[in-house]
Amino acid sequence: MAALIETTGLTKHYPAGEGVVTALQGVSLTIAPGSFVAAMGPSGSGKSTFLNLIGCLDRATQGSYRLMGEEVEALSHDRLADLRSRRLGFVFQSFNLLPRADALANVELPLVYRGLPRRMRRERAAAALHAVGLADRMHHRPTQLSGGQQQRVAIARAIVGSPDLILADEPTGALDTRTGLSIMALFQALHRSGVGILMVTHDADVARFAERVLRFRDGRLIADEVQSPADAAAALADLAA
Amino acid sequence: MTPAPALLPPLPGGARRGMDLWEALRGALSALSANLLRSILTALGIFIGVVAVIATVAVGEGARRQVMAQIQSLGANLLIVWGGSATMGGVRLGAGGRSNLSWDDAQAIAREIPEVQVAAGSIRQTFQVVMGNQNWSTTVLATDPDYFVAHEWVADNGRLFSPEEAAGGRKVVIMGATVAEMLFAEEDPIGREIRIRQTPFEVIGVMARKGQNPMGQDQDDTVFVPYWTARRSVMGASRANARQVGVISVKIHEGEDMAAAEEAIRSLMRQRHRVAANEPDSVSIRNLSDIQATRDASARTLSALLASVAAVSLLVGGIGVMNIMLVSVTERTREIGLRLAIGARRRDVLAQFLLEAVVLALLGGAAGVAAGIALSHLLADVAGWPVLVRADAVLIAVAVSALTGLFFGFWPARRAAHLDPITALRHE
Repeated sequence: MAALIETTGLTKHYPAGEGVVTALQGVSLTIAPGSFVAAMGPSGSGKSTFLNLIGCLDRATQGSYRLMGEEVEALSHDRLADLRSRRLGFVFQSFNLLPRADALANVELPLVYRGLPRRMRRERAAAALHAVGLADRMHHRPTQLSGGQQQRVAIARAIVGSPDLILADEPTGALDTRTGLSIMALFQALHRSGVGILMVTHDADVARFAERVLRFRDGRLIADEVQSPADAAAALADLAA
Repeated sequence: MTPAPALLPPLPGGARRGMDLWEALRGALSALSANLLRSILTALGIFIGVVAVIATVAVGEGARRQVMAQIQSLGANLLIVWGGSATMGGVRLGAGGRSNLSWDDAQAIAREIPEVQVAAGSIRQTFQVVMGNQNWSTTVLATDPDYFVAHEWVADNGRLFSPEEAAGGRKVVIMGATVAEMLFAEEDPIGREIRIRQTPFEVIGVMARKGQNPMGQDQDDTVFVPYWTARRSVMGASRANARQVGVISVKIHEGEDMAAAEEAIRSLMRQRHRVAANEPDSVSIRNLSDIQATRDASARTLSALLASVAAVSLLVGGIGVMNIMLVSVTERTREIGLRLAIGARRRDVLAQFLLEAVVLALLGGAAGVAAGIALSHLLADVAGWPVLVRADAVLIAVAVSALTGLFFGFWPARRAAHLDPITALRHE
């Protein structure tokens, strides 16, 4: 089976004034399908650049990147959009829900761009909301939901297209500890059911729930450790006790 | 606590289809209604332009139709010969002075010019017409039956006078519709008697209504009497002017060359009036189609003017649309970034914003059409102007407003589509 992610010498330069800033320098790694990986590092370490490259939102200056065996660097804008639509799901720190749309319509949105008929979209979106425990909040707008609920809607939106990989950028950054733990518990549950997760965080308390941690500093991958993950559901239960 | 990790079944792969239009339209309407006041104010620019176009075109078209109807009402293929100034002892009396045309000139035109179907001399004068205790000041027009042929005018009630009545000096009268109304109201005037200058006349007919002529005179405010009857008993004739007529109405045979006939009449009149070669014409001839051509030309000028006003207002409206779409793209940068991240292609984003601009302009245009039609009817009802809302004007107005949205929405939409998703997602 092809690796989920396979990068070789992945490098990204940004022009800055007269010179050039190196945001990422020669990152080579392989991630197997269904892995739960955390990318850690302080701000400016290159972890976000790495996430953007893996998310097909940006192109590397040098190096190569294969997503499920498919060479990404050569693809057109439309093919990249297609890849994002079929293979990936995004979760952001600030949720990025459409304020005018209710939870169901927000979750439906990726399927709209895949040209699915309305009935099918609604059914899948409802199922996705059910999977994240928001079956009773389908017609609430983002403003009528708590932060944790909004992030669950965003996760439902990420999984509605049955992606191979969820890309999460500081998914608990805007949430309190307790809500953050419940989101981590949800991620672990999704991971158990087979979806790959790449999560960027600066918080070691969050990274401990992943099974593998990548540490970035000054654009380089300085450590790549496999760990036995803490159980988020148990941590949540401890907190309640 | 943790929900059942039931992942969704994989979606069918293969080439994806385009977004459905209905979904896109709903999105556009929802985005526009999110800033309702702003959307309305923006659409207002297009709205006002379209209202102005629809209403002015309706009024212009109504006026044009009215003028056309009036010109038609005068009769087709009609030439009107006006007498020039008569010269009395070396003093030229000027137009409108005593006419130098005579009854015999009319007869000569009819007899000698082959293109001519009929030629009827007529003379008019204003009198008080009396019926019982009613009276009405009106134009008495003395002529012969050919006048009605030339002007394509028929009696609505009763009959016209016969050539014998005209020649024999019978005291019969045909009334215009306005006069009949004024003197007889609801009664039937046929067989009744009216007096013109103390002379009793028998009413034998009432003319069909013709309305105003292009000069704004009510053509139905006239009574018609046989020429020779009038000369003997109503319009006091001296020896000098006994056969005088004011104008000669000449109807040319269908398909004949009006200009050639006009020239023939002109030279016949020069000859009959013994005009020396170096003198100007003794008569002037009006061709009603000339008047029509002049009116058409001024109508075209007016239309061109309206079109440029419409173009300017749509331009201003379009710039408003572009402005607000740029604001909207900036405000929704994060939304655009998100849409790109979750799988929207550039063309999806382009289509979204383009559709929004088109819907905005089209709503303004459609509301403008409705208000323009309402305004036209209001003008017709309140001001009494003749209006005509033409379907093609409505269609063009709607199409042009849609095109305005497309044209002025394109640049903002392109800007949205080419946003970098990463920068857009970080936009505050």
